[in-house]
Amino acid sequence: MHPRLELRNISKRYPGVVANDDVSLSIQPGEIHAVLGENGAGKSTLMKIIYGAAQADTGEIYCDGNAIAAHNPAMSRALGIEMVYQHFALFESVSVVENIALSASGAFDLPSLADKIRELSLRYGMPIDPHRQVHDLSVGERQRVEIVRCLLQAPKLLILDEPTSVLTPQAVVKLFDTLRQLAAEGCSIVYISHKLDEVQELCDTATVLRNGKVTGTARPKETTSLELARMMVGSKLPEMHVSPAAPSEKPVLEVRNLSAKARDHFGVDLKDVSFDVRGGEIVGLAGVSGNGQAELIALLSGERTHGHYDAIKIGGTPAAGLRPDERRKLGLAFVPEERLGRGAVPSHTLWENAVLTAHRLGTVSKGLVDRRKASIFAAGVIDRFKVKANGPGATAQSLSGGNLQKFIVGREIALAPKLLLVSQPTWGVDVGASAFIRQTIVDLSRAGTAVFVVSEELDELFEICDRLLVICQGQVSPSLVRTSTDREEIGLLMTGRKMSKDRSGDVALQD
Amino acid sequence: MRFRIEQRPEPSAAMRIAAPVLASILTLIVGSLFFASLGHDPLPTLYAFFVEPLSSMNGLSEWLLKASPLILIACGLAIGFRANVWNIGAEGQFTMGAIAASGIGLFWPNPDSALLLPLMFLAGMAAGMAWAAIPAFLRARMNTNEILVTLMMTYIATLFLSYLVHGPWRDPAGFNYPQTALLPTGALFESFDPAYRLNPSIFITVIAVLVMWLFTDRSFLGYKMSVSGAAPLAARYAGFRESAAVWIGLLAGGAAAGVAGMAEAAGPLGQLSPQISPGYGFAAIIVAFIGRLNAFGIVLGGLLMSLLFLGGEGVQMTLALPSALTRIFQGILLFFLLAADFFIFYRIRVVRPARDAHVLETARVAGD
Ligand SMILES: Nc1ncnc2c1ncn2[C@@H]1O[C@H](COP(=O)(O)OP(=O)(O)OP(=O)(O)O)[C@@H](O)[C@H]1O
Ligand SMILES: [Mg+2]
Repeated sequence: MHPRLELRNISKRYPGVVANDDVSLSIQPGEIHAVLGENGAGKSTLMKIIYGAAQADTGEIYCDGNAIAAHNPAMSRALGIEMVYQHFALFESVSVVENIALSASGAFDLPSLADKIRELSLRYGMPIDPHRQVHDLSVGERQRVEIVRCLLQAPKLLILDEPTSVLTPQAVVKLFDTLRQLAAEGCSIVYISHKLDEVQELCDTATVLRNGKVTGTARPKETTSLELARMMVGSKLPEMHVSPAAPSEKPVLEVRNLSAKARDHFGVDLKDVSFDVRGGEIVGLAGVSGNGQAELIALLSGERTHGHYDAIKIGGTPAAGLRPDERRKLGLAFVPEERLGRGAVPSHTLWENAVLTAHRLGTVSKGLVDRRKASIFAAGVIDRFKVKANGPGATAQSLSGGNLQKFIVGREIALAPKLLLVSQPTWGVDVGASAFIRQTIVDLSRAGTAVFVVSEELDELFEICDRLLVICQGQVSPSLVRTSTDREEIGLLMTGRKMSKDRSGDVALQD
Repeated sequence: MRFRIEQRPEPSAAMRIAAPVLASILTLIVGSLFFASLGHDPLPTLYAFFVEPLSSMNGLSEWLLKASPLILIACGLAIGFRANVWNIGAEGQFTMGAIAASGIGLFWPNPDSALLLPLMFLAGMAAGMAWAAIPAFLRARMNTNEILVTLMMTYIATLFLSYLVHGPWRDPAGFNYPQTALLPTGALFESFDPAYRLNPSIFITVIAVLVMWLFTDRSFLGYKMSVSGAAPLAARYAGFRESAAVWIGLLAGGAAAGVAGMAEAAGPLGQLSPQISPGYGFAAIIVAFIGRLNAFGIVLGGLLMSLLFLGGEGVQMTLALPSALTRIFQGILLFFLLAADFFIFYRIRVVRPARDAHVLETARVAGD
């Protein structure tokens, strides 16, 4: 029998970098195959080549024993190859169901397709409303749309480029059940993730890439995650040091009775949200994407302002009516969840993107942009956070997903903020670099910065946070001290069930 | 063999330079075929189009005289275009600038005052900006579409001019022609040489080009505008006000167009009549794009556009070519210029199907 997919000697270079170097691999029908590697190892590039969205410089692709010539995404779909991109490829201005209809081949009927989407997405544990406009969706919700879109096509080969990076643990469990069932029916799956435990749980085989080359293959179920990590990184993983927090007397961020209507009628209204973040501590916000996180973050960052100026105070100053740049003057720095288009301008260079928020740090003087200083600043971030990029002159869109994330996190941390808001800090970042980013955030907080982290990754929150909040349906729970709570309690709160604890106990915890 | 268009991973630097050259060559080839097929010997025609206008002092003077407002207006417009603010009503702002400046020139109590020209300059600029402020306000406050509003405002301006020169401002001693009296000498730019029309207002354009370059390429404000244009969400993330981009974008265009209108009235025209512009405000939009919204590119674009105006007139007069033909030829050139830009960002690849891929070829056809 022919392998479902066979790659022979695939090479691809970009200016200044060899993204894939003589890569060969083969995948059998029904096999779940992981592709592992550090940020910038060439995984996404290889996937785009398989899908036909990028062209290899040399090498051949065989599908069921036939060479694929003149490859492109339309041909892929005709062959039954579907792909979830790392940076989603949805049409912003139309609804979910229209998006899915656009990528389906053949005739369709919107109402029945919408019903099918609603039903299937519920079954897969990734509920989505087919009539919402894509531009109103959070990244977590977009990821669900992408996955459901692919599953609807009943593919023969499914490529998933970091599909779980912003999914909740519950959704991941359901997704894995679905993937296993698909595989049992003969569908081959290529799975990319930086979460090694997921890979061990799901995948039969793995190919490891480093600097574009295949450096090894493994059977994840029979290999420890440490060994896998070593194959990827080629060195030992850094260890986390989390010293006890010493929170400041006065809170740096105070949120009091913040209520806000959602901007569209699918969004979630915030209801009477109150919490504090003190200097020197890290507070995490857990919750299923689409429960009001986007609204809360936009209100905290200043992308959206609020009429009750006292509802948000930064360093004691009423800030709810201030714009983002005014809040930044108060010491705020912010890493948004979307890195391309919000945290960075895709077509601009890294030094230009440094100016986006670092214009207070001497990169602008007398109203003129100081290119030299901006380049030095960008080069500093690239160096400190080991961003793999072709220098400060590389465009943001030429970076691999994890490397751009490192650059944005690094830029915001380099601003030496008093208050750092971070949404999904290690989204798509490899194990080594995630550990580094988490450690840097911890160190920053221990030096006195107040840090507020929004993440769907409970493990991450438990690793770095001192206190945890849970958001559900626009309501934020009283805070829980990390050391005296557990995943179960948080999980319950995330689904909106009340805890058995009495309220006075929670209030006591808050102080 | 099949061809496929694909996006380049990086915009091609070589193509940036090669594109205009390629476009020119293609224009010459297609233009020659076109003239030849209509029975006009291509070489003399092209000569009359491109060389003859520039082979006399007067020709050179006219060339720069016409290029100047085009470049000036395009510089102002490009500032807005870079931020996705689409002011296509420069023609109206030009007209209002000319009206306001002429009003000062005609009615200022002391026609010999040395302040007259500077005042007219300010009046022209202010009128152009005021005319652009209306769409800016509507867009910033009520999110109306500035493309429509600026265009509509152009008609109002043109009709207002017509009303003035037919009515209240008509020269009583002008044999009932719809035009104002001549501006007093103190209200006119004096030509460098009485034999030619080129005058010092061209220095305004030179300064505008330098300011535009400084603004877009070096200033923080220009940087903010380019972020607003390229990624509105990133601009909001950084706290750059969208309304600021709208105001600056429209006012820059309005100011430039208003000044251009003033310079035209105080220069070659010397009075107002219903037709004061050969379409400078609209042609400047094309100039801005030929120049890739870049200050020095716009200078080249403006010179080219002006040459097309002159050459078009030239061949109509010397070779008696119909004006429609010259317009078609101008269109061919502009088409190639803008189309060649495509290859900076995209390339065409030749793909050969492999021998054993016929199954997949059928699949592809089904999939396309
Ligand atoms: N369009 C492009 N232009 C220039 N360089 C590119 C482009 N796309 C990718 N690269 C480079 O190719 C290399 C591999 O990138 P790729 O996106 O495949 O990495 P990856 O393994 O998916 O990383 P990550 O885990 O961060 O997503 C990187 O060094 C990246 O900078
Ligand atoms: Mg990737």
